[in-house]
Amino acid sequence: MTPARRPRRAFDWSAAVIATLAISSAVYVLIRDGQARFLSILTDDVLLVGTMLPKVLAGSLIGAFVTLLLPRETIVKWVGAESGIGGILVATFAGAILPGGPFTIYPVAGSFLAAGADVGAACAFVISWTLIGYTRAIVWELPFFGLDFVTWRILYSLPLPILSGLLARYAWRFFRPAAP
Amino acid sequence: MNLAIDIALWAIVVALGLTLFLRDQPMFSDALRFGRREFFALLPRIAIGMIGSGFIAEILPKELIPTLLGPGSGVPGLLFATIAGALTPGGPVVGFAIATAALKSGAGAPHIIAYTIAWALFALPRVITFEIAAMPARVVWLRVAVSLPLPFLAAWAAMLTGRP
Repeated sequence: MTPARRPRRAFDWSAAVIATLAISSAVYVLIRDGQARFLSILTDDVLLVGTMLPKVLAGSLIGAFVTLLLPRETIVKWVGAESGIGGILVATFAGAILPGGPFTIYPVAGSFLAAGADVGAACAFVISWTLIGYTRAIVWELPFFGLDFVTWRILYSLPLPILSGLLARYAWRFFRPAAP
Repeated sequence: MNLAIDIALWAIVVALGLTLFLRDQPMFSDALRFGRREFFALLPRIAIGMIGSGFIAEILPKELIPTLLGPGSGVPGLLFATIAGALTPGGPVVGFAIATAALKSGAGAPHIIAYTIAWALFALPRVITFEIAAMPARVVWLRVAVSLPLPFLAAWAAMLTGRP
């Protein structure tokens, strides 16, 4: 068994849109604020990319390992289309505890989908990581907002991935490609 | 803290990798190859997205945001908070930095909750560059569609309880 192949290109229209936006903003900053400001932003961002790379690589590897380690039947049983609300809860819990950033979570979610996970579970997984994932809250959100604000924000967010996961499972019929 | 997360992540990688290696060596090298391909496919997007988001954030009219998000701005304010959150570029700090600035200048807490949740869920530059790269586009748009009510639900809960 090999991980399911998904066609992908490193650079396509969506990347081109962002590249255009980024380059125009960069040129604008350079003209408006001068070279010093431009270089300081560039340095900060390049350093940020550097800190993200180990996470991206880890996410890609976790995705590849997990899908090979877990038999397809197991994935389908736990988070497949017939997994009911249990599958959504498992996905929500997994999303909340998996460390790392979006660059970790998206490849892992993509691999699970390719291995037979249900779209509702995949949505709950991504949304749960986004809203209640603790690593992001501790590293980035806490220093800005303080404990009180973050705790309430997370409390209000707890039911949301489950709600969206169920909604996604229901709404998939309008989004999925027409059967050939 | 960043280091602790890297260590936790790589501990998971090593544990999974070792398990697979002990179980099936050819499958392990397959997995390494797939993982590496995934990594290099994501790399250019991540570089463009993260370097770009710094410049995009720099040219945003940040000083307008607090006045539009005051506690008295009601539902239109919430709507604006959600849209502003969605348009704020990804990057780990951009949205939080803007939200803190807004909170300090007198924006309402429910509005800021809506803004940060919308930014976390929708930051369109991130969705377009990374999420679509790693997941089927249809699933991503479904994910975005079912997330639409969430900033409002969280803000509503905050209004009901009056906290934080």
